[in-house]
Amino acid sequence: MSVPLLRVADIHTYYGDSYVLQGVSLTLQKGQIAAILGRNGMGKTTLIRSVAGLTPPRAGEITYRDMSLRGKQPYAIAQAGISIVPQGRRIFRSLSVRENLLLPTSVLARSSKGRNGDEPGQRWDFDEVLKEFPQLAERINHLGGSLSGGEQQMLAIGRALMANPELILMDEPSEGLSPRLVLQVQAIMRRLRARGHAILLVEQNLELALSVADEVYVISAGQFVFQGAPAGLANAAQVLDQHLGVSGAKMV
Amino acid sequence: MHSGILQAINGVSFAALLFLLASGFTLSFGLMRVVNMAHGAYYLFGGYIGLTITRHTGSFALGVLGGGLAVIPLGYLIDRFLIRRTGENHLAQVLLTVGIAFVLGDVALKIWGGDSLKVPTPIELRGAIELPGGIIYPTYRFALIAFGVFVGLSLWLLYRKTQIGAVVRAGVDDREIVSAIGINIDRLFVLVSALASFLAGMAGVVGGAFLTLYPGAEWEILVYALVVVIFGGLGSLEGAMIGALIVGLLDAYGRWLLPEFSYFVLFGPMAILLLFRPRGIFGREG
Ligand SMILES: Nc1ncnc2c1ncn2[C@@H]1O[C@H](COP(=O)(O)OP(=O)(O)O)[C@@H](O)[C@H]1O
Ligand SMILES: [Mg+2]
Repeated sequence: MSVPLLRVADIHTYYGDSYVLQGVSLTLQKGQIAAILGRNGMGKTTLIRSVAGLTPPRAGEITYRDMSLRGKQPYAIAQAGISIVPQGRRIFRSLSVRENLLLPTSVLARSSKGRNGDEPGQRWDFDEVLKEFPQLAERINHLGGSLSGGEQQMLAIGRALMANPELILMDEPSEGLSPRLVLQVQAIMRRLRARGHAILLVEQNLELALSVADEVYVISAGQFVFQGAPAGLANAAQVLDQHLGVSGAKMV
Repeated sequence: MHSGILQAINGVSFAALLFLLASGFTLSFGLMRVVNMAHGAYYLFGGYIGLTITRHTGSFALGVLGGGLAVIPLGYLIDRFLIRRTGENHLAQVLLTVGIAFVLGDVALKIWGGDSLKVPTPIELRGAIELPGGIIYPTYRFALIAFGVFVGLSLWLLYRKTQIGAVVRAGVDDREIVSAIGINIDRLFVLVSALASFLAGMAGVVGGAFLTLYPGAEWEILVYALVVVIFGGLGSLEGAMIGALIVGLLDAYGRWLLPEFSYFVLFGPMAILLLFRPRGIFGREG
């Protein structure tokens, strides 16, 4: 196998004195989706924040392609090709939809050295993002804060795509969405994967995660308690029951 | 009747000056969450430097520009090496920057002395204009209003209509995500802080031409600028515009109608406003 796109090696992440990620490792290949499952407060968002450089791990190593992310500022990590779709969307409420989308392309966001990672299939631009999310095109001049939850989620994904990432960190993109919108999110993730984007997906929606992921991890109290193929998790009744709160029977 | 109109012009021209100072203060707070009480000292320093430049070159315009530019490196060093150490601790910021203002005030006293000095204005702005109805009013004050409107409009366009402005507004909304989408927020801070210093320095020259410059002037003007920002809402450019107009007019009419209570006329309404809108007219919650 070639060099993985992302390699997280035994990271330990803290908030002040509070010890959250206690030795987490994973690898993600180009164009693959890894899903992190786990109950609230187990450290899923902290893992995303560690990779994005927002809460850098105190020990361990994160490597993107062959570049160590240690000591890298969030903006430099983003410019290297990692975009984030944060939990709760966190779109810019007082900016219009258009401004939200164009922000990652502003002069201040352009890296001095171009990336070598972009492949033709990954090239996104304003028009193409609007084609992907027609509901945003209709509200292009509305303020971000005035959008519905579903529209905000699409905007958060569109904003991430505008940076032409190779790896997308998605933190609970289905949270609070209607079943119809969850299906749209699922379709988008599949399309992104088909276009060669890799996704590190955090989800509480087990069905959604299992339906798109190539590899699944279950996190509990800052450590992985399961790693394997989606089919493997569907059969791991004990993990499902103890760490995800679903009984095996409900899964089938 | 005439006096009423005169006071209106007084108020609006003072508002133009206050806006110059308050806009930078409020933008740096909105983006960087920094309360910089040294802004008044930037005003005084810019004013003195502009005065010196104007005296040597004979050009008021050069003085205004030079006074503004000279404060940029000063503000940068203070930001980079002192204020940044306070993190998000507003109390530490206030104490630190008040201290810096005292130091700068002493340095200015040493260089320019304790007399009150007036920035010389160009001959074209020295006379008076006669308005219909026989009102006569100094040309300089009208020029000041025009200048304030020009700067206000430019800032508004920059803030609301350009991509750099959108980045600043995004930073006011959510700084962390701005950096997570690939924007070097430190570079943005430097830009906005330079703009704030420039505006304050310019304000010093422009204000020094009619309010004069003297030790202590920095605190008097700072109090007004703070009231402007409190009225308008910390962090809001539009708030600084409206706040400056309110404060300028309240001050002018207060001095005219209730000279013994002119401070009350300013602070009374402010207190009442804060009762109903604790974050000011354009303030945002959160
Ligand atoms: N900013 C923070 N400061 C201190 N503790 C935090 C912070 N954010 C999260 N935590 C704690 O870290 C743990 C993991 O949180 P998080 O990664 O957000 O969980 P998840 O995303 O799996 O719900 C929780 O116990 C949470 O209370
Ligand atoms: Mg979370």
